[in-house]
Amino acid sequence: MLALNNYLIISAILFSIGTIGVLVRRNAIVIFMCVEMMLNAVNLTFIAFSKYLGNIDGQIFVFFVMTVAAAEAAVGLALMIAFFKNRESIDVEDINVMKW
Amino acid sequence: METIPMPAINFAAVMPETILSVFAMVLLLVNVFVPGKQKAYLAYLSLIGIIAAGVSVFNAWDAPLALREGFNGSVLQDNFSLFFKGIFLVSAALTLLISDQYLNRENCNHGEIYPLILLSTAGMMLMASGTDLMTIFLGLEVLSVSLYVLAGFNRDNVKSNEAGLKYFLLGAFSTGFLLYGMALTYGATGSTKIGSIASFVAQNAAVTANPLFLVGMLLMAVGFSFKIAAAPFHMWTPDVYEGAPTPITAFMSAGPKAAGFAAFIRVMIFAFPTLKADWSDLLWILAVLTMTVGNIIALSQDNIKRMLAYSSIAHAGYALVGFAAGNAEGAAGILFYMLSYAFMNIGAFAIIVLIGKKGEANNNIADFAGLGFRRPVLALLMAIFLFSLAGIPPMVGFVGKFYLFSAAIKSGFIWLAIIGVLNSAASVYYYLRVMVYMYMKDPVEEFDWVKVTPAIALSLLISVAGVMIPGVVPGYLLQLAQKAVLF
Repeated sequence: MLALNNYLIISAILFSIGTIGVLVRRNAIVIFMCVEMMLNAVNLTFIAFSKYLGNIDGQIFVFFVMTVAAAEAAVGLALMIAFFKNRESIDVEDINVMKW
Repeated sequence: METIPMPAINFAAVMPETILSVFAMVLLLVNVFVPGKQKAYLAYLSLIGIIAAGVSVFNAWDAPLALREGFNGSVLQDNFSLFFKGIFLVSAALTLLISDQYLNRENCNHGEIYPLILLSTAGMMLMASGTDLMTIFLGLEVLSVSLYVLAGFNRDNVKSNEAGLKYFLLGAFSTGFLLYGMALTYGATGSTKIGSIASFVAQNAAVTANPLFLVGMLLMAVGFSFKIAAAPFHMWTPDVYEGAPTPITAFMSAGPKAAGFAAFIRVMIFAFPTLKADWSDLLWILAVLTMTVGNIIALSQDNIKRMLAYSSIAHAGYALVGFAAGNAEGAAGILFYMLSYAFMNIGAFAIIVLIGKKGEANNNIADFAGLGFRRPVLALLMAIFLFSLAGIPPMVGFVGKFYLFSAAIKSGFIWLAIIGVLNSAASVYYYLRVMVYMYMKDPVEEFDWVKVTPAIALSLLISVAGVMIPGVVPGYLLQLAQKAVLF
């Protein structure tokens, strides 16, 4: 039985890796994967707290987060395809028609 | 056999959301059978849905508590959320009226845009009446996911693609922060219900020193600041506003911003009242940064949509002034300001839709040269909207700013009010610049392609009435706003 802190630390590490990934990666799909990693880190936090507090709310929240993440993935990939059709790239360096 | 007790569901508390969602789904089906040239009918059908939702909002005003609460306390349709629902419905209705002409011109009149607008309005409403972090999150996501699609709706246009993709990537990123904040707050207080969080904090003063709790509050504030486009989380705004289809830009600047404020106020004032001194300081800094950044960068913009995007950042800053004040006047000021902002901003965007040409051309300020000589009525309306945005009496923008800044002074934030007024004065420059082009430059073009359809005329009429009438006699609307914040 691991203590609550271990779960919190690992989810904080996952969340940070996701955040750094969003900031340094250049491929839109990889960026989106990093966002998903952040969301899953949050899910881990919710589950850990839910178990620790003996309260079911956190687990219900996780179901909603997963559902929303799936919906977001559908919309996001569609947007990437639309962008790719026009620009033949999904590199965020190419998202540059508008500046300042 | 053991039966599972049903939780207390009260559909009356989510009536407007239900009506809009049902209309959206029916319209998705109807859309298939409507031929391409006649998609305007879908806009009128959506308007019927919005009017029906408006009637249910009107009827629910001042309803007894038993009818307000629903879904086991996850949703509370009080006067506060009803006022915001009114704002969302107004901005959705005005957007629907101006979108048909634009979509026909851009050759992207796919009927799906109307259900999407209705669904995002339903999401905003859920956000405004959510009293559970879960409901607020779900409302936010219904709103955001629809808006990602709407921003990238003109899928053959590179700018629109970019706007959609940028909004999506940054929006999902900020959702991560908001959610992490919610998770930490849940961990520290043991509940996702705003009421339970508030009572837990009131009973356990020690929790305010708990780093989990403080970081949770801070991360939630970051997530909401992104949604209301407060600096330094505003970087997406100009690009998304410039690239998105013009009617959608109008919608985004009015509705979702108000929804962000609704949820932000609900969480901060309801769940963390004991930490008011902390978040008030935080909002002070955010307000000053947002106003200044928005106004200064707007000074140097040539594209009018981009200029209005920075101006909308600045306007979020003015509303944050009232929020930082943290008193009832400030909250009522935000409600009033968001409603008036919907009228004046969508009105200005309606003119931009009219003046624009195919392919997002003619969106530069210089393209308005001589509009005052060729189309005097349109130029006059544009002038009224811009004066109102600049906060010049007797337009409604002045009244709204006056109440926000006086709320700040009442709470002792004299400097904040002074910075706000200075910013407002600086903003006059870029609004007047458009007017200089309209009235003092010789016309380059004849503006003969500008065709005012009945729908756009109606939306302009509603907008100008919403700008002028409360500007001259603000009493009634202000009383409504003040009544709405009597939590």
